Amino acid sequence: MIEWRDEGAVLAVRQHGETSVIADIFTAQHGRHAGIVRGGVSRKLRPILQPGAQVDVTWKARLDSHLGAFTIEPIRSRSAAAMGDRLALAGLNAVTALLLVTTAERDPHPAFYTQTIQLLDLLGHADIWPLAYMKWEMALLEEMGFGLELGACAVSGANDRLIYVSPKSGRAVAESAAGEWVNRLLPLPDVMRGEGEGSDAEIATALGTLGHFIEHKLIRSLGDKPLPAARGRLIDVLTRP
Amino acid sequence: MSEETGDIQVLIDLMARLPGLGPRSARRAVLQLIKKRGQLLIPLADAMQTVGATARECLNCGNIGTTDICKICENDKRANGQICVVEDVADLWAMERSGVFHGRYHVLGGTLSALDAIGPEELRIPRLIDRMTAENVSEVILAMSATIDGQTTAHYIADQLPNLKVTSLAQGVPVGGELDYLDDGTITAALNARRAL
Repeated sequence: MIEWRDEGAVLAVRQHGETSVIADIFTAQHGRHAGIVRGGVSRKLRPILQPGAQVDVTWKARLDSHLGAFTIEPIRSRSAAAMGDRLALAGLNAVTALLLVTTAERDPHPAFYTQTIQLLDLLGHADIWPLAYMKWEMALLEEMGFGLELGACAVSGANDRLIYVSPKSGRAVAESAAGEWVNRLLPLPDVMRGEGEGSDAEIATALGTLGHFIEHKLIRSLGDKPLPAARGRLIDVLTRP
Repeated sequence: MSEETGDIQVLIDLMARLPGLGPRSARRAVLQLIKKRGQLLIPLADAMQTVGATARECLNCGNIGTTDICKICENDKRANGQICVVEDVADLWAMERSGVFHGRYHVLGGTLSALDAIGPEELRIPRLIDRMTAENVSEVILAMSATIDGQTTAHYIADQLPNLKVTSLAQGVPVGGELDYLDDGTITAALNARRAL
């Protein structure tokens, strides 16, 4: 019998039979991992198995290749904090949907797990959440091998007036070097380089640029899947006047 | 299974697919039906045949009934300007059992779910929006599950009805509940929704 214990964030739950569920959990040391939770539809476990909840999990299986079964203990529930807050709810859905689509099963990302938990801990702090979310998406691209290089211009090497990103290479392009390619380049707001105030408009622009790389580089590398609708709904909430 | 019991086995297999029944309990139920053929089996078969022929979804609200427009939608006394939006017919029946709501209903047929690729088009949200003007609605009560999917759906519907009074059910300590047995999410929701006595 193979057994391990870890902590993780619940991403999704699907009913399996009448009383059990298959939970997808983003764990610290074992990556995104699925397993059966027996009695998962019970009154006791249902509130614990909500997306975003932080749980202590023990996974057991006879062989490593088996789906296995989780035993779940709650660490922290986030659903109550998110449910009444439109932005928090949209943010939580975007994070869990993106993790489901972009992370490979059983591929550990311990540092990124920590970043994800820090982001989830900020749910409900509407003043800093959008900026934190934008940084998390940049970290997601970096973690999955599609990090953007925004320190210097890909064409001239200059590091001032960097206001574009190449949609192909993910490298910054200076205003003076954009030339005839200007209409094909993506905007690079200062907030993506850790500068400026990070206004809502800047963050919305940044999410548009990041969305291109998530959809056309990261997700396309994993198959023909669309960008999760939950991310679009988050941007709708962020850009609503 | 012998040839003589083939039909019975078909019945057992079908019964075993019902929620709450497994092969063993289905076998017991079928045996009981056969023993009480006159009192149970024949009337049940007749009732199932009738329901099979007449059961349909209400074209207006999605409730299940035996007519194109269900009795709740047909009842003028229930046109009080309130529509209670529920996920499923089972939720509608639960509300009706309570006897406290006297308006009309709208059954969505599920919740938005990224995992199951259920978007607004797969639910009866466009029909709900149509009903707002057709039925002169003054308040929409969102009776969705206190789950992430349920509340995501509730927020989405509220966004689609910007000029209407949209309310949702309260969340908190259930009747007869003891704090010691509640999860921290429920306690947080209850504390957030506290009221003066």
